[in-house]
This record gives sequence, structure tokens and C-alpha cells, in this order.
Amino acid sequence: MIKIENVTKKFPGMEIPAVKDLNLEIKEGDICVLVGPSGCGKTTTMKMINRIHEPTSGSIYIDGQDALKMNPIKLRLDIGYVIQEIGLFPHMTIEENVATVPNEKKWPKEKTKKKVAEMLTLVGLDPELHGKRYPSELSGGQRQRVGVARAMATDPPIMLMDEPFGAVDPITRAKLQNEFLRIQERVGKTIVFVTHDIDEAIKMGDTIAVMRDGELVQHASPNDLLSAPADEFVSSLVGRNRSIKRLHLIRIREILSDLDRPKPAKVDTSVDDIRKQLDESDIRSVMVVDRDNKLKGIIGINDLKKKTGEQAADYIQELDQSVTSDATLNDALSVMLECGEGYVAVVNEDDQYQGTITLGDLLNVVKEDE
Amino acid sequence: MSQGINIYLYFSKVFTGDMFMAVGQDRPGLISRTVTYIGRRSDLIWDLLLEHLWLIIVSISIAVVVSVILGVIISYKSSLAATVLTICQIMMTIPSMAMLAFMVPFFGIGFTTGVVALILYSLLPIVRNTYTGIKEISPAVVESAVGMGMTEWRVLTKIKIPLARPVIMAGIRTATVMIVGIGAIAAYVGAGGLGELIFQGISRSHEPMIIVGAIGVSIIALAFDFVLSWGERRLAAVGKVREAKQ
Repeated sequence: MIKIENVTKKFPGMEIPAVKDLNLEIKEGDICVLVGPSGCGKTTTMKMINRIHEPTSGSIYIDGQDALKMNPIKLRLDIGYVIQEIGLFPHMTIEENVATVPNEKKWPKEKTKKKVAEMLTLVGLDPELHGKRYPSELSGGQRQRVGVARAMATDPPIMLMDEPFGAVDPITRAKLQNEFLRIQERVGKTIVFVTHDIDEAIKMGDTIAVMRDGELVQHASPNDLLSAPADEFVSSLVGRNRSIKRLHLIRIREILSDLDRPKPAKVDTSVDDIRKQLDESDIRSVMVVDRDNKLKGIIGINDLKKKTGEQAADYIQELDQSVTSDATLNDALSVMLECGEGYVAVVNEDDQYQGTITLGDLLNVVKEDE
Repeated sequence: MSQGINIYLYFSKVFTGDMFMAVGQDRPGLISRTVTYIGRRSDLIWDLLLEHLWLIIVSISIAVVVSVILGVIISYKSSLAATVLTICQIMMTIPSMAMLAFMVPFFGIGFTTGVVALILYSLLPIVRNTYTGIKEISPAVVESAVGMGMTEWRVLTKIKIPLARPVIMAGIRTATVMIVGIGAIAAYVGAGGLGELIFQGISRSHEPMIIVGAIGVSIIALAFDFVLSWGERRLAAVGKVREAKQ
């Protein structure tokens, strides 16, 4: 799909080339993550694909066509582009921002309008509520979503993303990453993704290209990179705690079905039944759901002693955090550490209860790996 | 020298309270004479005021087109920027009398000379603000516009100029208010306007004429300032938080 052949880039006035004789092939539908320390040439490499930077020598093929011989405007219109600072146009509304490429392609107004609403919904924004606002009125996370929606507005087969989730807090970032992977599962784009964060690379990448000083050090799947780093540099980048990093590679839903967990209680279950359930097993708490199977909270053994009432609803402790089943085990671990609990509830997109993951489950996974 | 003494005398009369009757004279005071003069020559004053407005509007319109184009060009060719801005700066330091006198051999006496001089004076604020307005746009915004496939012309007209517009407007306002004052001196080369009242008043020692001319110029300057700063605020509001409306 994208083939980079012997590409070298030397910026004027610089002695050392930013990218040296790079060869890289990215398969259709894959997310290839370029990772490495700052100044390693990963962003330059990405920006040569849509010719923001022109290679000094070498060639780049997209679908077998020589990208360097194409009209750069036409080339760019078919490549989605999200950069670190997002670069939303501050004088345009969210709708106008997302409509940028459709407008450049001179789509009819109706089609553009429909598409904009569709894209905003896809990234989890409400077209009615957010469409007419300006970027300055949105939170950092929402702006990143708009950036992704804008880049995907005309369904380009290729996307270039330079630390698109960089400027938000870790929790929001994990959420955006998971949502993006969910979207990617549906749309299957070829994506070049730049980051300096190896954890993000392991989580997002189908393949990871590690770069140093403008050269490609290793291009492998996340699993191979973790088990067989090519040299000292890669293994130091990956770090020592590889088994923990492997938690990035496993999604919660992959292990959830194998776990044997007690059924959640309903809000109107009587207290005696819950007490019986807890006494009979060795677990110390039970999740509570409502009639639509939506997660309401948790009841622990101690809660039963402290409060009075007849139904489960009277004892519920609310949960601060839950994770979705397409989050990674590492996301689950972060939530547990953050809440200081040994478990986390798993829900689906509609907040319906799916199961519970405990610290012990994570340990089992890490153990099996070794 | 006698001119200076005259001016001193007007003010001493105005501020010592003897405003309606001149000291030791049996003719009316300055303010009542000015009011009488306005009543008597309102047609002439109105014509000159409109002439002055026209001079400013013509000059600033041409200056905006020329300066914005210049500003855009130097935003692409940074090597030219310093030179162009320095030349514009030098223009501003030339005394207006000298500039006008210098223009006469080329453009003759009359309206054109005035317009050309005023354009030269208004270059700097507009060129400089266009240049900095464009340069101050976040590189990420421009890069994502280019990266998504906008042509350079589209980036300029859809992104750069709209984003620089509030800054450009501020430059236009500065330039306009400034040339309203200089415009009065352009009457010296026959460009017309309220300057004529002032010059005639001085040579005839006719104080009310001077006062009417000067106040007229101030009113025009204030009016431009008011209208343009309103426009500036309107433009600056674009893209800012508009929660109040929602």
C-alpha cells in the first residue's frame, strides 16, 4: 500500500540527514507506528508521504503509484492528516472544520452536511450540540476528536497521524485510543502513526517501526518487538518490564469470557439473598445492575453491616471508574491503581455490565506469558 | 512669530473666562464669533468637510489594497520583509510639508498629490500589521490546511487573511486616524478639505476659521476611530467564545 524506498531527507543547512536511506513497507489496512526519541526522523518520514517535506532522494509508492510524480494537492486530498497540535481552524465552527476536505473536493452541500454529521457522531460528538461551536469552546479531548473526524471526512484510504492523542491527560488518551481502534476495526484504513510513547505504539500498532538518528532499527509486530528486540537500543526503548507491556496487547474481552464470575445482583434483590450469596462464596463484594443491565454500583460485605434497608438499592456504593471491554488489560490496571482497588467493572458502550476483572486475573495472564 | 503670539492670545482669551467679549475690545469674543461664522458659512464648511472625508476615503481605500498585497508578499518572501518595512518606516518620518512639496513636480497641484502622499503615509501600519498578523498564525493551523490538500491560494484566502483580519483592521484604523490629520496639511498643495479653512484662517488672522477647521478634523478622526474600532471588535469576536449567544 505504502512503500518507502531508499528515502533520504536532508534539510538545507543541516550536515546530518534527518532520514537516512529508509526502506519501509506498510500493508493495506495496517496501523504502522513510527516510534523513537525526538529528532529520530519519524515525523519527517511521515510528512514525506504527503509531501509536506520532499525527499532528497529515493521514492515513495502509494498503491504502486509514484507519489513524488503526483500532483501534491491531489495526493493530499486523499490522505487524512492529523497533527500533534491538531491545528483546527479557530475562525471556523466545528462543522466548517470537518467540512474542509469535502469543500476542497467541491462536494454538493447536502452531501457534505450529511457526512459532517456522520463523522461527528462517529467520533462521539453530537452534531447538534457541538457542530456550531468554535474550537476554543471545546475541551482538549473534544478537539482531538474533531481533528480525527476532519481527517476522515472524505474516507481517505490512508491516514497520517502525528501524536494525535498527545495533548490530553492519560485517562482521556486511553479512551480516545480505544475509540479510535474501534473505529479502525470498522473502516480498516492504512495508517501511519507517529509517537514517542512506546506504550502507545504497542497498543495501537499492527507493526512498529523503531527509528533512531534517521534510520530504521527494527520493523516488527508488537509481539516480536517485545520478545525479540533487534539490539540494545530497541530493548532499552521497550524497557525491562516487558510482561507488563504485554498487557497493552490483550483486550479485556479476550479474557473476560473465560472468567467464572458470580452473577450481578439486581437493584431490587433482597439483602438476605445478597448476604447468602456472599457468605457461600469467598468473594467479598457483588456488582449491582438495574433492569436494563446497566451498572449501578457495588455492595461489599462491610456495607451490609453498616447500613440498613431491605433491597440492594439501599446499600449501593457508586463506582468511580469502569472500563469498556475493548480496553486493554493495561487500561484496566491503570484504573485499578488509580482507584486503589483490586478490581474493575467492565461495561459495554451503553454502560451495561459485562463482568469484573481483578488484579489476580492480570497476574495470571502475565504468568502464562512467561 | 506673530502667528505664535496670535495662537497664544486665542487660548488666553478662551481660558481666562472672557470667552464672549474680547478684552479691551468692543468686538464679540471668540466662541460667539465662531458660532456666528459657522452659521454664516455652513455651506462652505459642510463642503470642505465632505471633501476632506472623500480625500481620506479615497486614500485609505487605495492604501489598503496596496498595503495588504505588499504585506502578503513579504509574508511569503521573508528576505524582502525587512527592506520593505524599513522603506515604509522612512516614509513616515518624512515631514508632511516636505513630502507634499516633493510630490508637486510629479503630480502637480491638487487632489492627486494629496492622495499619493496620504497613501505613502498609511503604508507602514497596514503593511506591518498584515505581515505580523499572518506571521503570528499558529504554524499548526497552516500546516494542517496545507496537509489536507488546500492550494496556497485557498490557504491564503480561507485561513491566513481571515485569521489576520483583526490585526489588519487595527493597522487600517491607526493609518486612517493618522492621515485625517495629515490630510489637513494636504490643502497646502490644493488637495482641498478642512485644511483650507485652517490655512486661510492663519493667513487672514481669522481665528474662527482655524477653530472650525481644527474641530472638523478632530470630529472626522474620532468618527473614523469609532466606526473602525467597532468593526475591529466585531472581527475579533469571530472564533472567540460565544457562549453568551447559546
